[in-house]
Amino acid sequence: MNERSTPTVLTGTRIRERRLSLSRRQADIARAVGISPAYLNLIEHNRRPVSADLVARLAEELDVPAEELAEGREEVRIAALREAAAHPVATGLGPELDQVTELLARFPGWGQLLIAHARRAGGLERQLVDLSDRMTQDPYLLTTLHEVLSAVTAVRSTAAILVEEGEISPEWRRRFHSNLHEDSQRLSLTAQALVAYLDSFEAEGSAATPQEEVEAWLAAGASDAAELASDAARVMARQLESGLNADRDILPDQILAEAVTNPEARADPVRLAARLEMPLDLVMRRLADLRPAGFEGAGLLVCDGSGALTLRRAAPGFPLPRPGDSCPLLPLYQALAVPQVALVRDVVTPDGRGFRTLSHATRSQPGGVTGPVLTTAQMLFTPIDGPVPSDALAIGPACRICSRAACPARREPSILVPQPVLVERPNGTFDTGL
Amino acid sequence: MQQDILMIEDEVNIAEAVRFILSREGWQVALHADGAGAIEAIRNHRPRVLILDLMLPNRSGAEVLADLRADPDANLAATPVLMLTARGQVGDAAAQANQILSKPFDNADLRALVRRMLG
Repeated sequence: MNERSTPTVLTGTRIRERRLSLSRRQADIARAVGISPAYLNLIEHNRRPVSADLVARLAEELDVPAEELAEGREEVRIAALREAAAHPVATGLGPELDQVTELLARFPGWGQLLIAHARRAGGLERQLVDLSDRMTQDPYLLTTLHEVLSAVTAVRSTAAILVEEGEISPEWRRRFHSNLHEDSQRLSLTAQALVAYLDSFEAEGSAATPQEEVEAWLAAGASDAAELASDAARVMARQLESGLNADRDILPDQILAEAVTNPEARADPVRLAARLEMPLDLVMRRLADLRPAGFEGAGLLVCDGSGALTLRRAAPGFPLPRPGDSCPLLPLYQALAVPQVALVRDVVTPDGRGFRTLSHATRSQPGGVTGPVLTTAQMLFTPIDGPVPSDALAIGPACRICSRAACPARREPSILVPQPVLVERPNGTFDTGL
Repeated sequence: MQQDILMIEDEVNIAEAVRFILSREGWQVALHADGAGAIEAIRNHRPRVLILDLMLPNRSGAEVLADLRADPDANLAATPVLMLTARGQVGDAAAQANQILSKPFDNADLRALVRRMLG
């Protein structure tokens, strides 16, 4: 059974179930919607496709919302169940993938329950990943904890001197009292900041760094940079705003929107840039900014020569990598090795979503001929309509939170998949216990 | 001029407390507050024991220690090092340090460790 026919099967079954529940005759329904009883019979037995228009007419006649019968609803549920079955926790359990449609048709309640649990688990995993990232890599948290420990160390040693060291000159005593006062105040302020910061962990997806603040501000429409919380974020936002405005001045919305009406240009941003006689990197930024027809779901990643992500513009369904800890297989990084070459690559996310990526790197020497050569890479990505190509590159989030067990680029074990147990062989070599 | 102890620590109040504690034992204690210039300070003071904080500005304690152990002056490279750390793990630095003391520490433990290292 292929995936494209699956929703149709369910649609026919659901039409039949609904008709029988109303005790309506096939012939009556067929006549009412303008088709022959034989054709309705074929639809109900999943032997003929059913158009959206016909689904709407049948839904009206069967007194049920069209989405109850439509393919999309089932498609989403089937995709959700397949996604649940693809999770590493299902490894070895052998869920009957060929019976997903039957499960949903015969036990819709159980199917929904399974989907709800899988989604909740996915949400908790994301939260775990976010917390894990912050606990292990967040420079603010590490610095603050170090500050707390330093203040505690100073307080402990100084207090011990005052209590345990016997005679101390008045001058030193005053000095140590002053130090104690200073360190206790520092400790108090740092502890308050730490508690406030840890509280923010409960708000899933809350911005933790100035870059995340700026990206959230950009995603929300980039209204007023002055409203951003941190000084660093306001500075970064104004720089970004200035760059976006400069791009818009060079390539205004109207010109870009008109240019993408050409099918050839819309399908190939390199040709689009050539038609516009403008640099490809500028056109890519503008496509992600304006999101004209054909690029409605576009996102953009920008990194510097070290691979550090300097801008992330989200696209629905694309797992945005965290700055400093992203998937090494992203075509964005391949572009760094071949500046001025446009690389097109289809990728597939762990939950099966496909994206077409276009990556391109440029080099500059802002300090003149004797200055350093700076490289910047951009990756524009748009969702693929329809089935994901079989040769799409399997990407993921950071290794530590990536569920792909077999990956040639893995840097460290994942916290989301069972870890292999190393077993020592008699000859002294090691093997995994899995 | 040779000192008994050189402490490289950017937290002024910790450095002051440690110097006071160790000075009371009759040892001479010099201070340096930055990872940058640390090797020069060690070369100048030629301490019998170096107390080195792991988290230093500009150049970490681990980097300073690696530089010290790689110094062409064999006597300098062999300087006994007591590493102060605010972290539970110090990685490769632990293997190159003679002793590790975690912050916050007990003054008596610090004294005992330094006494042992000074022989």
